[in-house]
Amino acid sequence: MPTELRLNRQIIFLFLLKHPAAKLQHLDYWILNYQQIKSKSAMAANMFVVPQTKGTVLCCKCGILMAPNPANMCVTCLRSEVDITEGLRKHATIMHCPECDSYLQPPRTWLKAQLESKELLTYCVKRLETDLKKVRLVNAEFIWTEPHSKRIKVKLKVQKEVLNGAILEQSYVVEYVLQDHMCESCTRFQANPDQWVASVQLRQRVSHRRTFFYLEQLILKHDAAVHAIKIKQMDQGIDFFFANKSHASKFVEFLDKVAPTKRRESKQLVSHDPKNNTYNYKYTFSVEISPICREDLICLPPRVAVSLGNLGPLVICTKVTNNIALLDPLTLKAMQLVEYDVFNVEVVSPEFNNGASKYVMADVEVARVTDYGKLFYVRTHLGHILKPGDRALGYDLYGANNNDNELDKYQNLVIPEVILIKKSYEEKRQKKRGKPRPWKLKSLDMELDESRGYEEKMNMEYEEFLRDLEENPELRFNLSLYRNKDYQPSEMASVSDGDDVPSVPLEELLADLELSEEEDGDDSMRD
Amino acid sequence: MSTITSLMSRIFAGLQFENSCDVGVFSKLTNAYCLVAIGGSENFYSTFESELADVIPVVKTSIAGTRIIGRLCAGNKNGLLVPHNTTDQELQHLRNSLPDQVVVQRIEEKLSALGNCIACNDHVALTHTDLDKETEEIIADVLGIEVFRQTIAGNILVGSYCAFSNRGGLVHPHTSIEDLDELSTLLQVPLVAGTINRGSEVIAAGMTVNDWTAFCGSDTTATELSVIESVFKLREAQPSAIVDEMRKSLIDTYV
Repeated sequence: MPTELRLNRQIIFLFLLKHPAAKLQHLDYWILNYQQIKSKSAMAANMFVVPQTKGTVLCCKCGILMAPNPANMCVTCLRSEVDITEGLRKHATIMHCPECDSYLQPPRTWLKAQLESKELLTYCVKRLETDLKKVRLVNAEFIWTEPHSKRIKVKLKVQKEVLNGAILEQSYVVEYVLQDHMCESCTRFQANPDQWVASVQLRQRVSHRRTFFYLEQLILKHDAAVHAIKIKQMDQGIDFFFANKSHASKFVEFLDKVAPTKRRESKQLVSHDPKNNTYNYKYTFSVEISPICREDLICLPPRVAVSLGNLGPLVICTKVTNNIALLDPLTLKAMQLVEYDVFNVEVVSPEFNNGASKYVMADVEVARVTDYGKLFYVRTHLGHILKPGDRALGYDLYGANNNDNELDKYQNLVIPEVILIKKSYEEKRQKKRGKPRPWKLKSLDMELDESRGYEEKMNMEYEEFLRDLEENPELRFNLSLYRNKDYQPSEMASVSDGDDVPSVPLEELLADLELSEEEDGDDSMRD
Repeated sequence: MSTITSLMSRIFAGLQFENSCDVGVFSKLTNAYCLVAIGGSENFYSTFESELADVIPVVKTSIAGTRIIGRLCAGNKNGLLVPHNTTDQELQHLRNSLPDQVVVQRIEEKLSALGNCIACNDHVALTHTDLDKETEEIIADVLGIEVFRQTIAGNILVGSYCAFSNRGGLVHPHTSIEDLDELSTLLQVPLVAGTINRGSEVIAAGMTVNDWTAFCGSDTTATELSVIESVFKLREAQPSAIVDEMRKSLIDTYV
């Protein structure tokens, strides 16, 4: 079969033509030699083919020598003849919100994008979609404009077929005029910054704020309060305000997952449109966290104790998530912790794994720090960390005055004199007091309750909370700690006893996030 | 042709047949006669007539009832070949109008657009590669020339993509240099690759030529015209034996 190509319509790309006479500004041409393609395919078929060299013809308009192409006109003549960008828009208007730096995609969506970013380029090209159906878009890029000029320039390279099969490539510039127009959310915010649709009132009826510190870190880690328009600190709790009922519901679900809560919901009618039958409400969720915290001694009522498998009436709470983990069958009302010195430790039973934590039962000999006269022999679960010479903190039942009705219900109950809760590092902390920690936490942007003026108490409680975090790796598990750039390890660190004050190992620390004005004012650093 | 020695070589541009610049489709020009299609207005015919009437007969005709006579028939000073669907009246009309030494022959050929398949001058012809053997013999016989089967720039319709006279020839612009050399050797005339009618590659449709005249379509640019007049040697007036005193070698150009 003859191998000649019957080319009734030759499609030859015109690209960069390196001709000295041709001065090209916007057009790039070169010529693809279709003869070479033909001979290549013939050679692939193992036929002898005479090598063909392209001749030159004169451009039919200006008469300069050029290689033939489908239009048979030289590049400049073709360009003067045909403009493929004719009919394409060179100017367009886009709406820009100066508050939140976003751009309107009609009819309603606002797209947040930086200047000269990929998203903005995609957005600009999309605005010209109708035009670009007629030609084929090859390349698009930004041309730098002064940021305050309210103009964006985009250079587009397009291809189109002209004149019996030749494809022309040309680039042109589109100029976008930015019109300032506040987006809906910014408008609403400006009109009334306190405007909220749903609120969540989070409360815990205890005298300390440990739970809230911990919750604050959890919320930050999971970004649960990212939609909150305002957060206010109240007596015994925190209020969160949202613009959207679904955001508030989502937050309440999150709280439910991380803490044991009781909740109620209510709504208040704000306005009513009788013609449309639409009603606008303000919703309020009341969430109450159970008052049981870690290291609390609890006395269980008999019914509950029996339902939990005859757990003795006295228990210590070891962990609070959405469930409460209880340990040790002893009960009491929550009391102040008292310091004890440990004199002797005898291990009674081997290691006991209770889920995440290990415990070793031991008999210890302790005496109160304030009163060395009286020695107590008690059983404790802290055998794995206590050694003679250590300090421990516990509840002093010997000197306590019990007037709880629940206890009276139990007969024949032997109450130990001391229940040890945790080891104390108080002495060692004296050395380290005042020195900064190598890690730090972020905090929510909260409105503080200034009225009560209990700032000092707050600081102490916060300090205790930080100590708590240092001692307990499992508490740290759920939170994000950030490396403190300002921290310098001191020379005194080398001088230490065998038993170091526990500190957060460096591997656990996250590299500090960069803080800049871009973040919604939710996060700020607190040392 | 031999009696007429004083000929002003002229090149006519700016011709239109009913607003189409494809002159070569509606006319056939040889050294012994000229065929012109029947058009609505007489402008086309009168151009040919004013130039050629006293030298060679200018015949208005149709072939197979169509006006595209330039593409349907092929011929030179010795003869004219027409396709099988030419009517008897047309054949008779042609035989009557043309001089006696021109043999008009109707041939049975599957490829009936002879003008597209055969390009010839008074000595040599190029034909479509798939032409019948008999047709080739008839060509050699009637027209008295040598026949070569060829392609031009990969196209088999040689009659469309080249136009040549006894003096020179113009071929498809994409013809490679080797092809040009080969064709030139075969035809024994100088050849050049070029365009007609503002970059059109279909040479023979855009112009018609014989040894001393060329007629080009209205879209032909000045560059193309200069190429044509140089390759067909139409610029210089031939002062071989001057009968006519007027030695105008005017070139009508269209800018």
